[in-house]
Amino acid sequence: MITNRKGNTMKILIKGGRVIDPANNIDKVTDIFIDKGVISEVGEDIDLEGIDMEVIEAGGKIVTPGLVDMHCHLRDPGQEYKEDIETGTKSAAMGGITSVACMPNTKPVIDCEPIVSYIKNKAKEVGYVNVYPIGSISKGLLGKELSEIGELKFAGAVAISDDGRPVVESGLMRRAMEYADMFDMTVISHCEDLGLADGGCMNEGFMSTYLGLKGITRASEEVMVSRDILIAEATGTAIHIAHVSTRGSVELVRQAKKRGVRVTCETCPHYFTLTEKACDGFNTNAKMNPPLRTDDDVEAIKEGLKDGTIDCIVTDHAPHHIDEKNCEFALAYNGIVGFETSLGLGLKYLVEPGVLTINELIEKMSVNPARILGLNKGNLSVNNAADVIIFDPSKDWTVDISKFESKSKNSPYDGYVLCGKPEYVIVNGDIVVNQGVLL
Amino acid sequence: MRKDLLGLKDLSAEEITNILETAKTMKLILKQPSKKTPHLQGKTVVNLFYENSTRTRLSFELAAKYMSANAANITASGSSVQKGETLIDTAETINAMGTDILVMRHNMSGAPHLIAPLVSASVINAGDGMDEHPTQALLDMLTIIEKKGGIKGLKIAIIGDIYHSRVVRSNIYGLTKLGAEVSVGGPSTLIPPGMEQLGVKVFKSIHEAIVDADVVMGLRIQLERQKKGLFPSIREYYRFFGVDDKRLKFAKPDALVMHPGPVNRGVEFSSSVIDGEQSVINEQVTSGVAVRMAVMYMLSRGGFDN
Repeated sequence: MITNRKGNTMKILIKGGRVIDPANNIDKVTDIFIDKGVISEVGEDIDLEGIDMEVIEAGGKIVTPGLVDMHCHLRDPGQEYKEDIETGTKSAAMGGITSVACMPNTKPVIDCEPIVSYIKNKAKEVGYVNVYPIGSISKGLLGKELSEIGELKFAGAVAISDDGRPVVESGLMRRAMEYADMFDMTVISHCEDLGLADGGCMNEGFMSTYLGLKGITRASEEVMVSRDILIAEATGTAIHIAHVSTRGSVELVRQAKKRGVRVTCETCPHYFTLTEKACDGFNTNAKMNPPLRTDDDVEAIKEGLKDGTIDCIVTDHAPHHIDEKNCEFALAYNGIVGFETSLGLGLKYLVEPGVLTINELIEKMSVNPARILGLNKGNLSVNNAADVIIFDPSKDWTVDISKFESKSKNSPYDGYVLCGKPEYVIVNGDIVVNQGVLL
Repeated sequence: MRKDLLGLKDLSAEEITNILETAKTMKLILKQPSKKTPHLQGKTVVNLFYENSTRTRLSFELAAKYMSANAANITASGSSVQKGETLIDTAETINAMGTDILVMRHNMSGAPHLIAPLVSASVINAGDGMDEHPTQALLDMLTIIEKKGGIKGLKIAIIGDIYHSRVVRSNIYGLTKLGAEVSVGGPSTLIPPGMEQLGVKVFKSIHEAIVDADVVMGLRIQLERQKKGLFPSIREYYRFFGVDDKRLKFAKPDALVMHPGPVNRGVEFSSSVIDGEQSVINEQVTSGVAVRMAVMYMLSRGGFDN
């Protein structure tokens, strides 16, 4: 049995699976041959007589490009007690995610070339999946001066974002968008008006009143979505809106797209599976930013996914130590781990009820994020690096957070029955997950 | 069986009634020349207060001492929690010293809910953030029952900072469970969303809120709220929401005037209303000791079922 990072010499034949490769308009039962780390051939009559290789029988299963998660937190460097590049990428691999883009709110912040290099080198050394750093918009995430965006780009950063906090100063945001556009760098906006958020810790509505917790109005998100759309429109630049959570934000993006504004956006599984009700009992694993909203918002997110307003599903994988969640609700950190549940949640909550087809789900979890980041990922094109996953959506599995590969276990989905756990995960032609087991 | 009292949200009408019945008996003890009973002999009560409090803490302490318990007080500032020991570690330490009843006040909603499952001691919520203050609502209800003979069918108007008030939430849960009709009023910036879903009526004018009320309850207006821009000035608050003799006439002639204290004279109520004949503010304080005696005694016996 081969292991990861050992030279990509293994030949692999994936036989008889339903190959879904939306980027190449393929959806049929066929075979895939992987050699020297790349997709060598796709088709039924691959002549492989006498070749020594690994054969994966994929009959009845789905074979797709590996997932691309364009929004996660690997916590490395600086907060390795929560997660590091090794454990984070192991966790991603278990979730069928073969490429991740990690946010810059590390310590130190990813705002210059050495930090980008550190992450890329460490990922090469210990990583289980492809890692693409995202640089910060502002130096130190302070919202004052632009980071050296060109240098970040040439060091290997794939986008810029101050995720975790908004770029408060509208003029700086405008300059960032104009400057980044010159380098074809995607700008990802964390949309939050801090004055409106006003230190709240959950969605503002009946539940915040019921629990006596300070609420965050939906306007906090929507005001900033509007601002960034209007800047993009006025300057002809592009903007990618992170973690959309409200009906209003979906509608703002929908209208902007109709007007031809260069806007794309993402949501997370928790925004189409959970509502503010999950906070009941002061459940800190339901505390996120933006906060979980209402049934109506969940409905709107699904509509936005269905009609194409929402381009991507990302995890916003946000590992936190148990002590940072096992505390007073107002003190608890925002966010949940998401790598190992995102595909299952997408299949169970979007594909099973018919909101999306599997093909559309793969577009949103692989094809579109790759396109938005400008990565040659999310496809099974011949001669491209072989990032492939195999799963069976008809097979249920139960989430057990104690089994997560992530260092952190802060998930609200413990005990949930999902489906389609990745059985095989291949990264650059290496089998990383074999029959559901991490190698 | 019930180990803790975290809020009135989770209590049944029957449990609330049982507490109030026991509290009536406790009040008789408070009227004796020698106020000492053996109800909690050998038990230890610790008051863990992360917020300033005079009356609630003293009320719990005296209630424990009148029933012969050992009582100790700990005060800690909210900020030291973040700097040093976690709330869980502090509570577990106190529990390990043989504490039977842990009375907790904390500036964050849900703090006692976090601790209750982790300790063997009974946890009594003495106010958590903007969530609940169950013994305050129980003492309010006891006072109302003593003056009005019951709660069912009464119209209770609660005026002031509804948004930040744990007193109002506990009162809403308790009073509506016992059949009262509750209306709330205050500046719209101090009314949280979804109040109607809690079964109360929301009014934007003081007149509408208190007309024909059997009880007019004021809530403390904290000066910091004005500084944060939630209303323009104390002067303007009093002009539109303060209760003076003239406004009190909108309520029923025998309406009770209540306030959880401490009162800002000339803000929530005029001094004449506070000191007037309809005011039962001092009776509320006495009821507070009785209710806390009842709650601690009943929890030491396994809960609020008869």
